[in-house]
Amino acid sequence: MIDLLIHLVLIILIPPLLPGVINRTKAAFAGRTGAPLLQPYYDLYRLLRKGTVFSRTTTWVFRAGPIVTLAATLAAALFIPLGNHAPPLSFNGDMILFVYLLALGRFFTTVAALDTGSSFEGMGAAREVTFSCLAEPVVLITLLVLSRLSGSLSLAGILTHSSTTLWLASGASLILLVAGLFMVLLAENCRIPFDDPTTHLELTMIHEVLVLDHSGPAFGMITYGAALKLSILSALFLHVALPLRNADPYLDWLVFVISMILLAVAIGVVESCMARLRMTRVPQMLLAACVMAAFAMILVVR
Amino acid sequence: MSNDSMLNTLANGESIPVRDVPETALEVFLQGIVDLTGMGWRIASYFGVPEREGVDLWCILAGSLGRLGVFRSWVEGRLPSITPVCPEAHLFEREIAEQCGIPVDDHPWFKPVRYQRSLDRARDAWGRGNDEPILPGVGDFYRVGGEEVHEVAVGPVHAGIIEPGHFRFQCHGETVFHLEIALGYQHRGIERALINGPQATSMAQMETIAGDTTVGNATAYAMIREGLAGMTPSPQAETIRAVALELERLANHCGDMGALAGDVGFLPTMSFCGRIRGDFLNMTALLCGSRFGRGLVRPGGTYFGCEPGQAAELARRLEEARRDYGGAVELLWDSPSVMARFEKTGRVGSDDALALGLVGPAARACGIVRDVRHDHPFGLYRSFHPPVCVEPGGDVLARALVRWKESQVSMEFSLDRLGSLPGGDSMSACGKMGKGRLAVALVEGWRGEVCHVAITDGAGKFLRYKVTDPSFHNWSGLAMALRGGQISDFPVCNKSFNLSYCGFDL
Repeated sequence: MIDLLIHLVLIILIPPLLPGVINRTKAAFAGRTGAPLLQPYYDLYRLLRKGTVFSRTTTWVFRAGPIVTLAATLAAALFIPLGNHAPPLSFNGDMILFVYLLALGRFFTTVAALDTGSSFEGMGAAREVTFSCLAEPVVLITLLVLSRLSGSLSLAGILTHSSTTLWLASGASLILLVAGLFMVLLAENCRIPFDDPTTHLELTMIHEVLVLDHSGPAFGMITYGAALKLSILSALFLHVALPLRNADPYLDWLVFVISMILLAVAIGVVESCMARLRMTRVPQMLLAACVMAAFAMILVVR
Repeated sequence: MSNDSMLNTLANGESIPVRDVPETALEVFLQGIVDLTGMGWRIASYFGVPEREGVDLWCILAGSLGRLGVFRSWVEGRLPSITPVCPEAHLFEREIAEQCGIPVDDHPWFKPVRYQRSLDRARDAWGRGNDEPILPGVGDFYRVGGEEVHEVAVGPVHAGIIEPGHFRFQCHGETVFHLEIALGYQHRGIERALINGPQATSMAQMETIAGDTTVGNATAYAMIREGLAGMTPSPQAETIRAVALELERLANHCGDMGALAGDVGFLPTMSFCGRIRGDFLNMTALLCGSRFGRGLVRPGGTYFGCEPGQAAELARRLEEARRDYGGAVELLWDSPSVMARFEKTGRVGSDDALALGLVGPAARACGIVRDVRHDHPFGLYRSFHPPVCVEPGGDVLARALVRWKESQVSMEFSLDRLGSLPGGDSMSACGKMGKGRLAVALVEGWRGEVCHVAITDGAGKFLRYKVTDPSFHNWSGLAMALRGGQISDFPVCNKSFNLSYCGFDL
């Protein structure tokens, strides 16, 4: 019961912290002070108090977009174990549902963008869908490989199975998975080198351009949903990459939070050392992630 | 008739009596432009002076060996276009049509340039009535047909809230077939305000033609006034002007390097260069109290002198900024991901650059040796010649490299000049302007050639004052750079040119 409560509190409160940490890291690299660590929380509070403007050319789809997306992402968050604890919901085959919940969120973001009829957003929708076509298989294959390794069909079983002994036994395939997952983590959360979360230039955006027409609380939901997705995928990544287990369940929660923050710092470092990829290179990178995941699969299945 | 006898030549900053400018028949005049541009001359300025019966056409060509050629003609009714054989004339012809109200025949893309009324408001090339509103960007745009082609319209409100301009892309997926640029949102009527001038406000207006080229435009205007009055400023004034011009170049090039890094998401260089740009601006402020060099250059010299202590302080700060700037830019060159993004993005071939008559860093990045400081030296550059920085690539990388090389040369040059600052007065009296004369002043601003031309009437007032900003030549270069490129590359291409909207709109 306590674990359930901690899970809910963490998954609701932690997400905006990650962009805050990333931005702080980037600022440090650029020799700036940077925005306060808690700035994303203030931003959310500000957005929630604002009014919303809806274009007259949009329909209910546009209004439903942010709500459905946030709901789907929140539902997906219930299936991901945090630290070494069982998630609130779990059943055999829930990994398929997890992937589809994320896809549902994306579908509604895209459809809401198309609903505005703006040429920018149409362009962004095309990009988003093209790139996620290549990112989704990586997540699925990763889950399949882990499922094979753990012999379990639920996310909880798959993700908490990874451990130091597993790394010693099948390290090669896990390294490939970690590399592929990290690329997807960056690509799916509009981080450099795939996308630039700070750009104001519509023509270069991928994720941001989809939500240009949203404002106020709806935009707050989108911002929060994006942060939530970042923490879900980070948690997924950490389970594979850093299987730190401890006997003490409370210490486990702490280790989990610290490793999340460290991952955010790592993302900030990558963003500071790299420029964005040319748009035509993005599919190639994602394809490389796919190939790595596929290799991991071959190593496990053979 | 040989081509050379068709035009009278003068040096940069000189003035000649209007009656010495050869006037030829229209066909000979137009053929002359076509022939001479094919022989290495290029159009620096080509404009009309509207009269009651017709239009007085003037053409200033820039040639080799520091010569500027000038000749004139007269047209009534309609002007035949030479754009099909001389592409660099295309905007000039549209401008003549707009400013003088005469239609141009057979122009391949005959549209207004700035969406303004003609200078004398007597005629209109498109037959629009005087009570009909003229709105910028309203009109036909080039369209590509077909189901798979889509159009993307950007602006006039810019994503970075810089200046207003409208861009129309004809795209096939992510590939750009064609980009058309419509400007004119910031037209303030600077040229019209100068007719019968100079007025007391003229100097301030010149400094705000393009706020980032304050020293460039102010120097060109001062050169015109001095050329028409037949005086030369003191050695100290020449040195301060040159140093201020180089500081302006440094501040803008440095800002551009940072902005280029920012556009590809490379934050360290963006942040560092943003700060160092401020250091350069503050150096200009040390000279005259204004970070953008306002109030510094005046006809007759510079309003502010430079004490030895000031020069030493300036040199110290410059030395410091040189170190920081070098470090920040080094980061950029050392990042393979940045280089991969810059290379082969937004290429303009040198053939296209020559045909369109590009100027400034945009031309030099296409391997064209074209620099007013070298080709038509003025002021201090008559005695000291900073080397011309050229890169052959024609892509974003080449434009970035040219900026960096030029910055290094500028810093070296400024430090040298500050070390041997001549004494004496910085300001001397600039007499009355001569009557019935023509003066041409070219200045290498940081964007390229700033060209001012003035014609005085019988009373020694401006009959016509023509300003040609480097952006006027270069906007078509940006459109060419995008052709066949990726639409997502537009921001970084745009930044690599960094053209002026208000300098174009006047």
